[in-house]
Amino acid sequence: MVRRRIAFGVVTLFLVSVVVFVATEVLPGNAAYAVLGRSASPARVRALEIAMHLNRGIFDQYWVWISGIFTGRLGNSLVNGLPVWGFVEPRIVNSAVLVVLAGAIGAVVGVALGAVAALRKDGWFDHVTSVVVLAVTSLPEFVVAIALIILLSTVVWHLFPAVSLLPPGTYAWDAPSLLVLPVATLVIVIVPYIFRMMRAATVEALESDYVEMARLKGVPEWRIVLMHALPNAVAPTIQVIGLNFLYLAGGIVIVEYVFNFPGIGQGLVDAVSTRDIPVIQFIVLVLAAFYVVVNIVTDVIALLATPRRRIAR
Amino acid sequence: MRQQWGSVLSAAVRTPRGAIGLGLASFVVLVAVIGPFVAPHASDALVTLDFGKPSGQYLLGGDYLGEDVVSRVLDGGWVLLIMAACATALGIAGGGAAGVSAAYLRGRSDGIIMRTVDVILAFPQLVFALLLLSLLGPKLWLITIAVGVSHAPQVARVIRSATLDVTERDFVKAAELQGMRPARVMVREILPNLVSPLMVEAGLRLTYSIVIISGLAFLGFGQAPPAPNWGLMISENRTGLTLNPWAVIVPAAMIALLTIGTNTFTDAFARVTIGVDRRPEEAALIDDLSQEPGT
Repeated sequence: MVRRRIAFGVVTLFLVSVVVFVATEVLPGNAAYAVLGRSASPARVRALEIAMHLNRGIFDQYWVWISGIFTGRLGNSLVNGLPVWGFVEPRIVNSAVLVVLAGAIGAVVGVALGAVAALRKDGWFDHVTSVVVLAVTSLPEFVVAIALIILLSTVVWHLFPAVSLLPPGTYAWDAPSLLVLPVATLVIVIVPYIFRMMRAATVEALESDYVEMARLKGVPEWRIVLMHALPNAVAPTIQVIGLNFLYLAGGIVIVEYVFNFPGIGQGLVDAVSTRDIPVIQFIVLVLAAFYVVVNIVTDVIALLATPRRRIAR
Repeated sequence: MRQQWGSVLSAAVRTPRGAIGLGLASFVVLVAVIGPFVAPHASDALVTLDFGKPSGQYLLGGDYLGEDVVSRVLDGGWVLLIMAACATALGIAGGGAAGVSAAYLRGRSDGIIMRTVDVILAFPQLVFALLLLSLLGPKLWLITIAVGVSHAPQVARVIRSATLDVTERDFVKAAELQGMRPARVMVREILPNLVSPLMVEAGLRLTYSIVIISGLAFLGFGQAPPAPNWGLMISENRTGLTLNPWAVIVPAAMIALLTIGTNTFTDAFARVTIGVDRRPEEAALIDDLSQEPGT
């Protein structure tokens, strides 16, 4: 089972790399022209084509690119000529800090709120949180981010910096106050999904036959909740927490841009606006690989966390 | 058929959530549609001070160039709405066709379609759109197509599992025994039974389309300045938040009201039709988990 998932993952990643390659190099519109602009002199276009290996066959080009990724030869940025890895590496670290912090805080808050809402189903807490959550789920990240900036760093209060500019060569943990607003934005955006799933799964478990049975046997209510209902609500919630890490892979793009946080999301936006193709290719591939790996990991964990399935194996 | 839709829709509107959602969304749509005709100034006319405070003549003040914020808000929504509607239609049509074919044809077609779905799903939607924009630049038609295509896999998954239930029913078997061609079975027999899940998906995808397209505009991949656009306005004017916050707050509120409206209405609609307290995607996830392992 696990091995099959991993094999599927590798195949998916291979296909993903083909899509990235095709989208950036083979689609209509020569990449060299895209970088230099329509008015570029033929000689310059020719030189860039050779530098980007565009003068070779398509399969050759793909091979040069993909083998470069495995051997650490990512090439140089088309904008400033510096190595891609040097540009991307600190950004991967910073983004990872952001994603892990937001994911962990979001999971704890979402699971706790969801469980409480389900246990007090149809009470005032359940009603209020359900409405608030529905509204927040609909909001784009940049609207949440702007609202936080207005509230906490410019117009109303001045508690946290509105931009998270890090001095070059430093990492995110060197300036924790810069992390507050980006992490808070991401947490606000992901909590509703975890909340909804945890609530639905707990409600389902509480209405199940085994809980009914336990009640009839006279098992105390706290024991029913802790020992019977919640463990069975955990597996679907783990899936959703996994989905949220996947969501964060996309969510960081806008949030990092809003706060000028030096992560791969902001790097990707910059690279797309300057058409820095080697950087775009690598960052998109990193994000997709993250996606595939998280998917496999959550599937395996959910499998291990479902009592029924563990026995069935 | 048509009456069915009508009665379900009006049942959804009669719920409190449905009424609120429809009201909010309609308000924003009205502003976006009527706005361009009633805007007091040309949206790119430099009529007041940079980040000028609101005054009797310029109710929401000036933006970063001294353009009238009221006029730009009135003029800045319709392109977003058209693009979001087209992207949603594209995603539903493509994803629906893929999902129905995968479930009905089974075998190799199913394998190929769902493999493609897995590959596209590995890209976060916004990243997928950015990837497609990287070569040709931010053309509006390309953004619309990219967002539509990025919706298709999610739609395909939900519709595939809905179709699997329908294909088991007797009337499908009966049509097959009469020698109806597969394409005709799918269109005439199966599709009419997928109206509710398709409409719920359409509502969800519309919300996400608005989120992604306005997000791309915010990142600078959309209409180029000086065109008015709610997403772009937020990003243009945020340097002047302390001088004239309205130039940011009002366009952000328009986008927020619109997405809250469409999402809340979709939620009401889903409760009425499917009768569950959760989204199709969440329901599909629970189904996945309750299946026997190894399938």
